[in-house]
Amino acid sequence: MVLTSVFSLFLLALVAPLVTRVAGRYAGWVLATVPAGWAVWYAGFIARVGEGEVITPASLVWVDSLGVALSTRVDGLSLMFALLVTGVGALVVAYAGGYLAGHHHLGRFYGYLIAFMASMLGLVVSDNLIAIFIFWELTSVTSFLLIGFGHDRAAARTAALQAMIVTGLGGLALLAGLLLMGVAAGTYEFSEMLEGGITLGDHPLYIGILVLVCLGAFTKSAQFPFHFWLPGAMEAPAPVSAYLHSSTMVKAGVFLLAKFSPVLGGTEEWAWTLQIVGGVTMVYAAFLAARAVYFKRILAFTTVSSLGAMVMLLGVGGPGEAAAMGFLLAHAMYKGTLFMVAGSVEHQTHTKNVEQLSGLMRIMPVTFAAAALGAASMAGVAPFFGFTAKYLMKGPIPEAAAGSFLVIGVMAMGIFMTTAALLVAYKPFVGKPNEAASAGSEAGPALLLGPVVLSVAGLIGGLMPGLFVQPLVASATAAVTGDAPEKALSSSIGMINMGTLLSTSTLAIVLGVVFYAVRDMLRRTTGLMDRLDPMLSGPVVFQRVLSGTLWFGRLQTRLLQNGSLNTYIRTTIIGFIALVLGLGANRLKNAFLWQDAERPSLLGMILVVLLIVSGVAATVFRYRLAAVAALGMAGVASALIFVFYGAPDVAMTQFAIETLTVLIFVLVFYHLPQFTSFTGRMQKFSDWVVSLAFGAVMAGMVMLAVQTDMAPKISGYFSENAVPLAYGRNIINVILVDFRAADTFGEIVVLGIAGVGVAALLSVSGRSQNPTKPDGGVA
Amino acid sequence: MTAQLLASLPLLVPMTGLVLCLVFWRWVALQRGVMVGVALSLSATAVALLLRTTGGEVLAVRLGDWPAPMAITLVVDQTAAIMVLLTAVVAVACTLFSLGGIDRTREHSAYYALLCGLFAAVCGAFTTNDLFNLYVWFEVMLMSSFVLLSLGGRRAQIEGAIKYVTLNLISSTLFLAAIGLTYAMLGTLNMADMAERLAAAENPGQFTPVAAIFLVAFAIKSASFPFFYWLPASYHTPPSVISAVFAGLLTKVGIYVMIRFFGLMFPASHPDAGMIYHIILWLGGFSMVTGVLSAAAQMEIRRILSVHIISQIGYMLMGLGIAGSALHRAANDGDPGGVLAGAAALALAGTIFHIAHNMVVKVNLFLVAGTVERICGSGDLNRIGGLYAARPGLAALFLIPALSLAGIPVLSGFWSKFLLVRAGLVAEAYVIIGVSLFVSVLTLFSMIKIWIYAFWKPAPENAEPHNPDRDPTVGPMRWQYAGSLFLTCVTILIGVFANQAIRAARIGADQLIEPRAYLDAAMDRAGEPASADPASAGEGVAR
Repeated sequence: MVLTSVFSLFLLALVAPLVTRVAGRYAGWVLATVPAGWAVWYAGFIARVGEGEVITPASLVWVDSLGVALSTRVDGLSLMFALLVTGVGALVVAYAGGYLAGHHHLGRFYGYLIAFMASMLGLVVSDNLIAIFIFWELTSVTSFLLIGFGHDRAAARTAALQAMIVTGLGGLALLAGLLLMGVAAGTYEFSEMLEGGITLGDHPLYIGILVLVCLGAFTKSAQFPFHFWLPGAMEAPAPVSAYLHSSTMVKAGVFLLAKFSPVLGGTEEWAWTLQIVGGVTMVYAAFLAARAVYFKRILAFTTVSSLGAMVMLLGVGGPGEAAAMGFLLAHAMYKGTLFMVAGSVEHQTHTKNVEQLSGLMRIMPVTFAAAALGAASMAGVAPFFGFTAKYLMKGPIPEAAAGSFLVIGVMAMGIFMTTAALLVAYKPFVGKPNEAASAGSEAGPALLLGPVVLSVAGLIGGLMPGLFVQPLVASATAAVTGDAPEKALSSSIGMINMGTLLSTSTLAIVLGVVFYAVRDMLRRTTGLMDRLDPMLSGPVVFQRVLSGTLWFGRLQTRLLQNGSLNTYIRTTIIGFIALVLGLGANRLKNAFLWQDAERPSLLGMILVVLLIVSGVAATVFRYRLAAVAALGMAGVASALIFVFYGAPDVAMTQFAIETLTVLIFVLVFYHLPQFTSFTGRMQKFSDWVVSLAFGAVMAGMVMLAVQTDMAPKISGYFSENAVPLAYGRNIINVILVDFRAADTFGEIVVLGIAGVGVAALLSVSGRSQNPTKPDGGVA
Repeated sequence: MTAQLLASLPLLVPMTGLVLCLVFWRWVALQRGVMVGVALSLSATAVALLLRTTGGEVLAVRLGDWPAPMAITLVVDQTAAIMVLLTAVVAVACTLFSLGGIDRTREHSAYYALLCGLFAAVCGAFTTNDLFNLYVWFEVMLMSSFVLLSLGGRRAQIEGAIKYVTLNLISSTLFLAAIGLTYAMLGTLNMADMAERLAAAENPGQFTPVAAIFLVAFAIKSASFPFFYWLPASYHTPPSVISAVFAGLLTKVGIYVMIRFFGLMFPASHPDAGMIYHIILWLGGFSMVTGVLSAAAQMEIRRILSVHIISQIGYMLMGLGIAGSALHRAANDGDPGGVLAGAAALALAGTIFHIAHNMVVKVNLFLVAGTVERICGSGDLNRIGGLYAARPGLAALFLIPALSLAGIPVLSGFWSKFLLVRAGLVAEAYVIIGVSLFVSVLTLFSMIKIWIYAFWKPAPENAEPHNPDRDPTVGPMRWQYAGSLFLTCVTILIGVFANQAIRAARIGADQLIEPRAYLDAAMDRAGEPASADPASAGEGVAR
């Protein structure tokens, strides 16, 4: 049934364009029913999973020899994510119907969005590491298509490319990491690792696994310095930002780290890596959020910051996991709300800059209410769920390795988050409606449903934690830590001193308000950041690396493929010499030291000298005819060798061929222009060296072959059986037409095709409008 | 059907097609029919071969029924059957595409006959067990591809064709020289016989320099570093369907022959095996990197795809290199059945899988490139665009093979990457695996570049409007789509039925690593209990 939920969504994605055509403007509502139904189905598990049960349905074996299976496992962590994916997914699909109403590619959009949903759901419920990776990559691809949905704009295309390359890079690291995990643990089934109590902290491959898995998780969850792709991804339509880039996909990295922490966690390396990377991301991105001016950009940076906090909390360990899980759930709700609100405001007013809007409260009251609830939760105001999350967070941090720094970091994040919350939910809504705001009107039901439901859920989560928050967070924490659900949560709550929490929380909020008030100054005084951030990570480095690679590619192409056939031949021959010498230098050397070689006869010497002279002549003669004649002489000389060493029939053939070749050359060359040499003196010299080396290597090979006789030759069979079995006296003939007739057949085909080629070339160039020029123009 | 007949059909079917096409010189419609018939019967043959060989049986036919090492022998094991099947798949797709995509002038100039000749040569090279016979099929392949390349006689074409034929003739010359040297040393040209004589030889290392010449000859054929120049010089010049056939078949023959030759001559026990496979591994590494870097620098679809072939060849060499080195190490450690040997089998299976996957995907991309060029009048990424909105079907037909090439699951490319990376990690070849993963990112980049420029970017305003669907010099465009659609379905099916595909590749790999059945079939020792003792079987095996 769990797999059915994944596949049914893939199927829905396939038919989404069709549904859109049939259902028209109600398509969003129609399509949303399916994920909504699955959300309800998954919600039915809350009680069971809350009691510590783990649902493991039968798996579907895919590649048995490699241990790849579509096995599933629903524990607290998976359930929480499954609910987010399907629940928020249903709201977002409905929302998209309002946001993109009338868009001519709406059908495709639904298809991509629901395909993403299916992939994400598959990712969170999978148990097999390879299945996890497969769905992981599918989320990257669907995300790519969604970010580039507005493909008419260059910015959208660039953002899609960036996101795909960064997450693709991480994906490959993850693949290697997961495969190594499989090697180290001896299985790809995660539940088997848990049941076997396998922890890899002491394994020799551990560091490699940790680095690779972290690379995968950090790129996906936009951790510093890979965070830049996420603000870029805001080029996607608002429903995509609300869904992929706040509540689901970007959390996949956090999900993975949380899921793997029983197997990979608990080591010094784990703690430090996650705390440092997460902590830096958390503070840095929160600061950038506080000084941004565009709705979605502010939200994107706060998302990065929150993801950093989650990573950091997972690194803190102990009760930190509970805080991470609580924060994750709270964040999904308020950030989903705020992104949808931002989308609604943009959609209704066509303004993206918060500073250019005011007084929207009167024009879009319901939207404002949702925004206010979401922002309050984000700022961590009691009694919202965001406060609960913060509450969980304050406990474990001072205990951590980097404790004191993290306390300051969390404080800083709280301050900037408050500022950001005011920027998105206060600034555009209060005051008198200005011109831009007056142009808008309250959003329709599709655009309102999502924000309202999510923001109210955030409020309920804070007021009545027992309803769904408590069991979800507790069982998710249990899945991460391996403890029983109740114990997991209570251990973290027990450590908190309520008084300090309230005071620090209030302090953060007050300071956040102060920063909001002086935000113009903040932006101006830190103007350097506008240039620094892209340089530190983002687009600039990405572009630098990319253009550096391209430059290198072009350079290499110019060097290696300069278009000159001479160069190509030269490189090929040099490569040949290098390889043959590399593999057989010592044996070739011995070949030249041959002691018991026969002394060559005088006749043989004369023929060899003749061969050498005609060979040299062929290369130095400046007239083609003379060179051809010299080549012919070399041919005749080698034919004479055959004559004197007992193969007169071969010699006959050779004579005929040499004569014909020279004749044909002469006929063809008659039509060619004068031969001119463009080769410089140095080039000629080096060509001589290369040619001589080539000749020496080949000579050495022949000498080696003559000295090596590993086994008797099979030619005896041919001479013995030519007459009795093949009824022929000329052995060469018998070999050609009988023993090895297939070779001759092949050669006949070669000749036939050559003939066909000549005929075809002649007839094509005779028929075509622009016959080739007589000079042929061949380099 | 007898094993002998079945084993000779991959060669006979296209040869018959060649003859029929020449007979029907004046009736192009009949030639098309012949071509369709060839493609379909070759597919049927290949399926039959695959089913026959899956159980481990190796089919062989001694042409002329001469005794074993003397006759030219065609041998079909699982790997050869897979290759023939892929050739048939390429034949079906390119035939479909040609019905709509090749111009009437070429159809009148023996286009189909030449295609049949090429398919025959490729199948011959996949099945023959005789070194000189292999040379002959290389010649047929070279001649038919050269004529196909230069048909039309445009200046760029002729220039590309000259480079193509010159550099390939160097390969042929080296190949021929090495054959002569081999005969002088080993006294036979039957590869199975060679393998056994070499294994029994006192000092098998004497053959290694000759093997190096073979390595260069095959490396030129397979366009691996640093011998690839003929490929980027020529592949973008002929009509796209012709480049597609080349891209799918020519270089893969080189790789296949390399696997076959070195697998037989340099088993794990050979003292020089470690060195040979190490060099192959590094040739693979450099091919991967140079290929993908040149691809990233190109701005024309078919040029990008062409140089990408080199990069993909690198992956295949890498698999062979990892497998050979791991086997050699396993043999040296005295642990021939252990983890390393398992990794080697996996790596070799990955190589076979990768060849199969790549043939499907690369041909498809070239076919799509042809359709793009027909619609936009150019393949230059700066001068085209807007196809995503205008031709969504074509966009899907591009995106699926492109993502498959980049190794995105669940398409075929993912599994080959998975097999190779996993095998490499188990064999602890971390550096080359790292390189291959980096190359994989750049592959993804190149594919996305084409996607963004040709499909997402709006069409440039100065693009001249014309109606590609009503071009009188070529056939209807739906046939072009049909060819691409067929291959796209194959890519998806390989991905979904990965289990079956990987099992076939694994059987092939196991047969390559332990070639007993192959040797017995090639040396005609079927049913002889003496096959356990190679020296007593066949004549003239030196002790």
